[in-house]
Amino acid sequence: MVSTAKLEFRDLSIRYGSETALEGVNLSIKPNEIFGIIGPANSGKTSFLRSINRMDEMTTGMKVGGSVLLDGTDVRAWRNVFALRSRIGVVFPLPVGLPMTIRQNVTMAPRMKGIKNKAVLEELVERCLRRAALWDEVKDRLDSLGSMLSGGQQQRLTIARALSQEPDILLLDEFSIAVDPVTTMRIEDVLKELKEEMTIVLVTNLVQQARRLADRTAFFLNGKCIEIGETEDLFTSDSRDPLTRDYVEGRFG
Amino acid sequence: MVKKQKIESGALAQSVNRAWVFDRVAKGIVFIGGISAIVFIISIFIFIFDQGMGFIAEDLKPGEFFGSEIWRPTSESNPTYGILALIAGTASITGLAMLVSVPFSLGAAVFISEFATGRVKEGLKVLIELLAAIPSVVWGFIGLSIMNPLIVQLFDVPIGLNMLNAGIILGLMAAPIMTTIAEDALKAVPDGYREAAEAMGATRWQVIRRVVLPSARNGLGAAILLGVGRAFGETMAVLMASGHAINLPTSPFDSVRALTATIAAELGETARGSTHYEALFTIGIFLLLITLCINLLADLVIRGGWKRRKL
Repeated sequence: MVSTAKLEFRDLSIRYGSETALEGVNLSIKPNEIFGIIGPANSGKTSFLRSINRMDEMTTGMKVGGSVLLDGTDVRAWRNVFALRSRIGVVFPLPVGLPMTIRQNVTMAPRMKGIKNKAVLEELVERCLRRAALWDEVKDRLDSLGSMLSGGQQQRLTIARALSQEPDILLLDEFSIAVDPVTTMRIEDVLKELKEEMTIVLVTNLVQQARRLADRTAFFLNGKCIEIGETEDLFTSDSRDPLTRDYVEGRFG
Repeated sequence: MVKKQKIESGALAQSVNRAWVFDRVAKGIVFIGGISAIVFIISIFIFIFDQGMGFIAEDLKPGEFFGSEIWRPTSESNPTYGILALIAGTASITGLAMLVSVPFSLGAAVFISEFATGRVKEGLKVLIELLAAIPSVVWGFIGLSIMNPLIVQLFDVPIGLNMLNAGIILGLMAAPIMTTIAEDALKAVPDGYREAAEAMGATRWQVIRRVVLPSARNGLGAAILLGVGRAFGETMAVLMASGHAINLPTSPFDSVRALTATIAAELGETARGSTHYEALFTIGIFLLLITLCINLLADLVIRGGWKRRKL
């Protein structure tokens, strides 16, 4: 079990100053699964994601305890944090089309790695945009500004950008907040395909989204991981924690 | 019961009324404040053009004015009004000042906005604002008493009051304001951009180079232009540090004379209404027009960015 885990969290705790955001989380995420995390606001979901690619190092005051293992190695043991981050794609809640052209948005990560060959980059732009279900809408204006796109398009651009890193792991933090339902569905379809190639951690405040997508789901509440299980069990089993049942059935949160 | 209600609604009407009056008065005061800037600007234009117009209409020979390096307004037999050397002086000093201040201030702005945190950041900002508040005569004094012997010693030249001295002093003077404006431009770049780029594995330098600087481009351009405007219009420090000698410079160690310094040094000694007096005002008109162009350009640079972003 331990050897097959893509990501493993051992006694993970996260503090902001004196405030505890997350405590005593132990869980492991298997390769090529979509792992859902649900829970109300302030339950520590986003902090959890930030601990994976060491984004805590950008946030002053955020302290991570315990350990996060990626392929069995503590992420903190990576000397080159930039190489670590380049293996992990991140999609933020609000779409961030960087203020450059659509093409430049998608080629930024490979260019930072030193890929300069035009043909390779062109091919990559098309592949990533196709996989993010955006190609048809933007193929004629790749050189217009990415920040000009609509919210839903920008979010798909963000996904294309994350894919251009050719990541092992894709972290999605409430990606559908600023996206219309139709686009959300299209992105969800994309994610189902992508899990063939990568491990996906999906933080969502839409419990039904977790149910549609996730293989396994964890329920976070007030900085604690209440329960982890097969998604279907979490939604239907009688043996689940009463807090989980109340939450997924919409009685609070 | 009925009566009480009436009183209440009356009081209500009155209080609304008072707020309304206050609103109108406040609006009027703010309007006067706003309009006064325009009135002042127009008055200044009229005054300066009025004073300089006599020269432009009667004595101005454009070829001589802009083409001759001989500025000899007090000559009895053959007064000559050529400002080419003065233009060269101002341009060379301003150019040198930009060479000094652009790298310094952009570097400082990037450091404050992207690297410094907490007390270092706050401390630096306060210090830089303090630097901007140093009176120009103090800078001139530094040029005269510190830079002058230093340049003589270092470069083994006969005189240290020259283009190099004035350029460096002006560069140091323009740097704080450029830093402040450039830092504002960098601060306006959303943190989400930085975070997104860092999450992709960008190093600090890559984030700055590929994301922050390009998106702050317009603001940085405006900062540089306003710095140019500051250096261009500076008078006292230049007067003290440049050597104030009419000269078409061929090396940084030549003494030069600036347009502004010429006005400052000579205006007090001319007879009001004389040709010399009017010629100085014509230089003033020229300065005003150029400053106006620089400011308009800075405005356009900022606006150009808006347009592109909206399209």
